[in-house]
Amino acid sequence: MMVDASRKAISDAPPSDADAARTMRLGTGTSLVILLLLLVAPLLVKNFIVFQLTTVLIYGIAILALNILTGGSGQFSLGQSAFYALGAYTSAILIEHAGVNYALTLPISGIVCFAAGFLFGLPALRLSGVYLALATFALAVATPQLLKLGALEPWTGGVQGLVVDKPDAPFGLPVSQDAWLYYFTLAIAVAIYIASVNLLSSRSGRAMMAIRDNEIAASAMGINVALYKTLTFGVSAAITGIAGGLGAIAVQFVAPDSFTIQLAIALFLGMVVGGVGWLPGSLVGAAFIVFIPNVAESISKGLSGAVFGVLLLVVIFLVPDGARQVAQACRSVIGRRKG
Amino acid sequence: MSVRQRLRIAVLVAAAVAVAAASGSALARKAYDTGATDTEIRIGNIMPYSGPASAYGVIGKTEAAYFRMINDKGGINGRKINFISYDDGYSPPKTVEQARKLVESDEVLLIFNALGTATQTAVQKYLNGRNVPQLFVASGASKWNDPKQFPWTMGWQPSYRIEARIFATYILKTRPDARVALFYANDDFGKDYVNGLKDIFGDRWPKIVAAEESYENSEPSIDSHIVKLKDSGADVLVNISTPKFAAQAIKKAAEIGWKPMHLLTNVSISIGAVMKPAGLEASEGVLSAGYLKDASDPQWADDEGMKAFMAFADKYMPGANISDTHLAYGFAASQTMEQVLRQCGDDLTRANIMKQAARLNDFAPSTLMPGIKINTSAADFAPIEQLRMMQFKNGRWVFFGDTLAAGAID
Repeated sequence: MMVDASRKAISDAPPSDADAARTMRLGTGTSLVILLLLLVAPLLVKNFIVFQLTTVLIYGIAILALNILTGGSGQFSLGQSAFYALGAYTSAILIEHAGVNYALTLPISGIVCFAAGFLFGLPALRLSGVYLALATFALAVATPQLLKLGALEPWTGGVQGLVVDKPDAPFGLPVSQDAWLYYFTLAIAVAIYIASVNLLSSRSGRAMMAIRDNEIAASAMGINVALYKTLTFGVSAAITGIAGGLGAIAVQFVAPDSFTIQLAIALFLGMVVGGVGWLPGSLVGAAFIVFIPNVAESISKGLSGAVFGVLLLVVIFLVPDGARQVAQACRSVIGRRKG
Repeated sequence: MSVRQRLRIAVLVAAAVAVAAASGSALARKAYDTGATDTEIRIGNIMPYSGPASAYGVIGKTEAAYFRMINDKGGINGRKINFISYDDGYSPPKTVEQARKLVESDEVLLIFNALGTATQTAVQKYLNGRNVPQLFVASGASKWNDPKQFPWTMGWQPSYRIEARIFATYILKTRPDARVALFYANDDFGKDYVNGLKDIFGDRWPKIVAAEESYENSEPSIDSHIVKLKDSGADVLVNISTPKFAAQAIKKAAEIGWKPMHLLTNVSISIGAVMKPAGLEASEGVLSAGYLKDASDPQWADDEGMKAFMAFADKYMPGANISDTHLAYGFAASQTMEQVLRQCGDDLTRANIMKQAARLNDFAPSTLMPGIKINTSAADFAPIEQLRMMQFKNGRWVFFGDTLAAGAID
């Protein structure tokens, strides 16, 4: 059902004309306001909420990566949790066993995940639509078990996982660990967002969207379909891996149970709620998957899953295109006022 | 002076005396940390109400009901318990979020009986760093008993390691010449167990243990392991496997006509999930050990402790399945918590909570086996260290013998 919903959303997405890039992002003014809000937020709330906001940013990055894959090149993935786990474990192992600085582990996680994503993209080329979704699903299901493998245990810590130390703010800055990690994550998120917007409005981005809209036409135009599809997989996996590395640092712990299929589905859900193919929606989707389960739980503890399901259905019925639809509605209202 | 005026003065004087007395005692004894006041004690808890381990959620519900009962009876030392329990879906990142919410936003005095080994490992450092008691962790790992490194963490139930020591002691007592075949899961759970056996067998290990076979959770069938173990000529089988594999092992041993003394981990004693699928005939005679009374067992019908439990279940958890041992578990854990808080009196600081938790002396919760008592000390953070042997007979578990202690070996 979710796959159908996002497929519909993809087919409803505007064709890849000159406006495509603009529909993928927000106007400069709106972007700056949101950035300002994100910058000020930690000054106003408790440390624990700063931690939650950091989690939102991290999931936002992971959802953005999925958005590039699904919204950009039209490929499905229910296996993002595997790349997230790979990134998280790479960072955790480098920090704990090799004593590498946490910030330096992130690019390494990104490179490792790019390679993994690119390699997985090769066989995945033969699959499309629901079949690709299933293949990636299998990857997500296998991940927690692979992490428990006895051969890897000296590094992964097996079922017990690995405890990671939380970094202090550098240069003796007078901010808490939580606030520092938040700004660190925010800086990376902004950088990845800008790079992604640029990627999608570049020649490569247009090629990806051409493949999404019509694969045969794209290849007739001389686009190397196989290369672009695997590259997109690689880029998406790399960004997910960076998010995973940040997740390991923020949570201070990695264990196989952290990266189950639930995580993959949560990321997919975040993408649909945020609006497939609309990058700013990633942040909204991330907020949804972090906060709505808590809301559902406060309504009913025993039926939190059911309440969450109902809330999700309400969102999908009222705004099938997710946050993007809300944003468009707002824009048209403001436009009418001005006119 | 009118009667009314005189009365008013008398009342004022009485009130002044009362206030003075109250504040005097407050100055003398009362001490609070975050989460405790004159009227309330806030207790935090984290359970997998959703997700793969949601069956354990019943424990949290039982505990919430238990503290409701306590509050109806006037609370503990005059303070009501505010039991705040959150869902982590058995996912460590969510556990971190919920634990921080409890400590930093709800400002609880302590975290009580939060469930899961990986999930609680994720917050152990955080809670110890903030000096918040992580009390009576609901997990069978032996790592919670480490007061030197983690003075704010304490387990509750008998650990796998303790159970293994009890099995080893039982084997040596009943069959001094035993040749033991060991079948175990190749993960933390299995290894904790093997360590427990090693604690007791010690140097005699090579003489006693005839064969060892470990399995991976990903193996579709473990039949070949059982055949190999039989071929070793062992007459005792220690079966440390999770329910699915335990059922396969019992079945296969019966199929190949192997009838060793069969000791099965407490993890896999479910009649519905293990014994029935393996076949009741094949399961006949299997041994295990337990510490909780089964509420559906008629032998406890006149037991005082079980009567208290049944009265509680009828009133506060109507319609609950009382044969679910998670209810008995939650009840006994909550009683232990209540005992610690009663011992604390008016000194509800986090340091005193840990001090009193480490001073439990022969405390016997209602739903634990007769003879099993909780004892802790500053060096012993493992509350339950006794079990009672039981045997599967005619479709149910029958307890026998005295309670067995793990023995102080470290």
